[in-house]
Amino acid sequence: MSILLAIFLGLVILVLAGTAIYHKNTKVAIIAAGAVGLFASVLYILLAAPDVALTEASIGSGLSTIIFFYVLNKIRQTND
Amino acid sequence: MIKKGILLLILVGFFAVISSLIINFTGNEALNPMAKHYAENGPSEVGAANLVTAVVVTYRGLDTLGEITILFIAAAIIGFFLKAHNADADRPSRLRKTSEILETASTLLVPTIFMLGAYIFINGHLTPGGGFQGGAVMASGVMMIILARPTSKFNHKLLSVLESVSGVAFVILGVLGVVLASGFLNNSFLPLGELGSILSAGAIPIIYVSIGIKVGSELTGILDSLKEHQNEI
Repeated sequence: MSILLAIFLGLVILVLAGTAIYHKNTKVAIIAAGAVGLFASVLYILLAAPDVALTEASIGSGLSTIIFFYVLNKIRQTND
Repeated sequence: MIKKGILLLILVGFFAVISSLIINFTGNEALNPMAKHYAENGPSEVGAANLVTAVVVTYRGLDTLGEITILFIAAAIIGFFLKAHNADADRPSRLRKTSEILETASTLLVPTIFMLGAYIFINGHLTPGGGFQGGAVMASGVMMIILARPTSKFNHKLLSVLESVSGVAFVILGVLGVVLASGFLNNSFLPLGELGSILSAGAIPIIYVSIGIKVGSELTGILDSLKEHQNEI
């Protein structure tokens, strides 16, 4: 059962990563990249690595998403 | 055409080199000697109930010091480049008003998030997590403050003092390991205590508190310098 869940999570991560790369709207892409981190942290818990999962959840889906948004905002201001 | 051919050739070459690894792969039936040493002697030598912490802080403590240094350099570079032209700081901000839900929720959630972060790094030697994770959780609490109240200012002097003091404390604890115990970052110069109690594992709780404060203040500094740079052109 848990291996099926792991495969499902892996597929979801792949789809989200594809969205992050190919989506035309940069905001959607950034949020997809954050969601990759969120699902990856669930996968890490499933694979018995809670230490890594904590890091991934707080850095990968929390801080890096907000930093991407700050940088996006900054780039837009410069382009105006 | 020739370019693509060369690229294909390189890819095939890579596959030829790596394929032997894939074909001959057999999973490990037992732990390798070093992992076995950690798993068998970790509880008695280090006294940390969380074996990952024993490896990260004591056996491989030097690597952790390197990671902290890298994070410090990254924070310093971001601060240096974003602070370069901070001329018109009192220009009216163009920020949208935050929603009342976010503002109300942040007053309830921010203290809880800070408490969770402190819990994670104080209990780093017992439960999953540690200084780095706890500091990152604390910084996400700061992120929530910034989202809910974008005009709030942080005390830079306090942040840099916290960061410097905790970084120096980490190195001093490592050197104390050389002087009083058997090597750099050896934790056994303080009593190891009973396995699984909060005051155990020698110096690990103190080291983790200093790492947590250092990481938390560094990430806060990064977020804050990015935030303050938003209104400038």
